[in-house]
Amino acid sequence: MRIGVVTFPGTLDDRDALRAVRIAGAEAVPLWHADDDLQEVDAVVLPGGFSYGDYLRAGAISRFAPVMEKVVDAAKGGIPVLGICNGFQILCETHLLPGSMIKNAHRSFICRDQPLRVENNRTAWTTAYEKDQVIRIPLKNQDGQFVADAKTLDELEGEGRVVFRYAEGATHGPAGFEENPNGSWNGIAGITNEYGNVVGLMPHPEHAVESGFGPDEPGRGTRTGTDGLGFFTSVLTALTA
Amino acid sequence: MPRVVVHVMPKPEILDPQGKAVAGALPRLGFEGIASVRQGKRFELEVEGAVTDEVLATIREAAATLLSNPVIEDVVQVEVEGEAAH
Repeated sequence: MRIGVVTFPGTLDDRDALRAVRIAGAEAVPLWHADDDLQEVDAVVLPGGFSYGDYLRAGAISRFAPVMEKVVDAAKGGIPVLGICNGFQILCETHLLPGSMIKNAHRSFICRDQPLRVENNRTAWTTAYEKDQVIRIPLKNQDGQFVADAKTLDELEGEGRVVFRYAEGATHGPAGFEENPNGSWNGIAGITNEYGNVVGLMPHPEHAVESGFGPDEPGRGTRTGTDGLGFFTSVLTALTA
Repeated sequence: MPRVVVHVMPKPEILDPQGKAVAGALPRLGFEGIASVRQGKRFELEVEGAVTDEVLATIREAAATLLSNPVIEDVVQVEVEGEAAH
């Protein structure tokens, strides 16, 4: 299986995403923002960073990159697409996912290991998890507050399209943001489209795939967390099903 | 070159963290009596040739497509410099 990872100018986490794909056992294919070619990949990851410097709005300019036209077409055709952090913001700007991210309610950059509840384990990227399992992966952002109008929120909640919700147990955070790190509406950390092939979330599964480099696991040791690997093994299961 | 100015503001129902930060700083500097602040964006677009209805329509489309995100922002005004063009 070939999983593509798109690099935009200003992308930071493409290397970690490519590594996560390889650790999960797939072929990692680097994709370039200016190419209108997906190189026949079976799935696409839009990684984190500050594409185009986050100028205008996070993800606003990346949306119009040549490669994104192909990603949008492929996503509408059903291939799995995962947007992480800036990648989630790009998916919202392309309208593959509803809503948008605005600046964190406490207005600060936040970086911590973040517990998340997996509320939908039927998407292409989450079948490796149990429903309501709490996983712990890094979170790091400034514009992470998920917002949407009331009708959209009702649809997301009613159709079970909230995939991840922030859960308690983070090690630190500004007062009032111990559980929900940024003021996201309904504590939403990640969502999916109606078909479950497109998933976006603010925290970073690709930074929690290999013991020695992941988050601290309370009671199990420092940097031992590999809870993010399930995203990448899930998509392999989805592609071979 | 004639100039068209586009004003974009966060939607009223969306929290504006930047405006809130500015509102918090004002009284600390002694600027009293300001109840709230909302921060938006102003784009100045220089146009090649005259600002025809067609040009304005193009700019309105660009404003709705790229300059603003309709999920969180409204294009509140598109004006030709010097005159309001609704």
